[in-house]
Amino acid sequence: MSRIILHCDMNNFYASVECMLDMSLRGHPVAVGGDVENRHGIILAKNYEAKKFGVQTGEALWQAKQKCKDLIIVPPHYEQYLKYSKLAREIYADYTDQIEPYGMDECWLDVSGSTGVMGSGEKIANEIRERMKFELGLSISAGVSFNKIFAKLGSDMKKPDATTLITESEFKDRIWGLPASDMLGVGRATEKVLSSYGIHTIGELAKTSPELLKRRLGKCGIMIIQYANGQDHSPVANVDYEPPIKSVGHGVTTPQDLENSAEVWNIMLALTQDIGHKLRVYGKRASGVQIDIRNSELSHKQWQKQFEVRTNSSSVIAREAFRLFERSYSWDLPIRSVTVRAINLVSAGLPEQLNLFENCEHIDKMERLDETIESIRDRFGKYAIQPATLCGKNTKMPTDREVELKMPTGMVM
Amino acid sequence: MEQNFKKVYVGVELEVSPEGKVRPVSITYVDGITYEVDRVRQVTRAHATKVVGTGIRYSIVVKGKDTFLFEDEGKWFVEGHAEN
Repeated sequence: MSRIILHCDMNNFYASVECMLDMSLRGHPVAVGGDVENRHGIILAKNYEAKKFGVQTGEALWQAKQKCKDLIIVPPHYEQYLKYSKLAREIYADYTDQIEPYGMDECWLDVSGSTGVMGSGEKIANEIRERMKFELGLSISAGVSFNKIFAKLGSDMKKPDATTLITESEFKDRIWGLPASDMLGVGRATEKVLSSYGIHTIGELAKTSPELLKRRLGKCGIMIIQYANGQDHSPVANVDYEPPIKSVGHGVTTPQDLENSAEVWNIMLALTQDIGHKLRVYGKRASGVQIDIRNSELSHKQWQKQFEVRTNSSSVIAREAFRLFERSYSWDLPIRSVTVRAINLVSAGLPEQLNLFENCEHIDKMERLDETIESIRDRFGKYAIQPATLCGKNTKMPTDREVELKMPTGMVM
Repeated sequence: MEQNFKKVYVGVELEVSPEGKVRPVSITYVDGITYEVDRVRQVTRAHATKVVGTGIRYSIVVKGKDTFLFEDEGKWFVEGHAEN
């Protein structure tokens, strides 16, 4: 029996929530923009009125203003987006327990088990759409199909506030003529490769020889051919499914460019405070560290190294990250953003082979020190104790963002 | 004539049944006047259409007039006339 999968996409989510919360914005071109002073001055989302002027997500605020001089730019309210995202999932939960989020505003729902009681997939999708409008004042686009890839494709086909059905019997007629880049799994880089072979549509992709694409794209090549043929069998994850944590990272764009290694050290130290804390909370240790450096011309490079001994100590991770930076970055240009990631995580309780040439005692001591710092922070707050170098005003670390964001990182396979 | 509305947070006296069912008994407006809730017609989740916000919407009757009372994250509001 074929599955019935819904993909629900909340239309212009950030901008819609802003218009919901401020009636005076309705009917005007509105965009949600990042903070210019913190150098996040780009369009994060826009409403349909702004879209008519050609305003695009990701472009600089001044560019958007040039296209639409009456554009109203509002700052983001992440706590509100989280609230509405949670309320939407509560509505989905009335139809199934298989709800897999893909970012804050999109979800897959497997309603195969509910159709006997609640009607066809299309009927359920329409009911959810109506409830979203009535209960939250927001519109969604829904795609209904027999797999996740086509359900997602369907929700993108008709917007806003619409349901698109793609059945097993008619999918070739409906979607094979669409550009290959419309399909999930075909990003800009893959599209370029496909174009070089003269593959432009989903239909052309479906008929391509797997060997040919495997040579250029590896496993992904075979995967996207299967997707184009409707052979995506990936399940919709259960609502309480927690994806395994593969890495813990933290990055910032600093308000001013970093000009020297001392400034980079301060940022890395500040970033790893949170990383160490999260590793402890998740009960993990890192086997390596990865750094990502973006220079003032926006090009970025990534380096990584393995540790001799696994650790969750903030100071050890910071030091290793900085060493890696010192030997890798040539200082051709000042630095705009820094990301540090603890990688190859393993369970903290996992036994480990000791290394004769590494000072394990020192690492152990640093971890105990971090544990003590952690317990002081638990009792007296995050800033009750911190490295002296971060106490001064000369650090270029931007102020905290209170809300933790989860961006789409991929679907459950 | 188009009527303007504004979101007005109000104090609410509640009656809670042993099963945990909540029923508003009276509303105390910003000016301190308390209005008895004669009847609760319907309880549903809905967004306010005249002002901004969403929540659990109580369709209530106060002094013979139908109106809505909303509860959102522990705070209660009504769609009040802008001149109030």
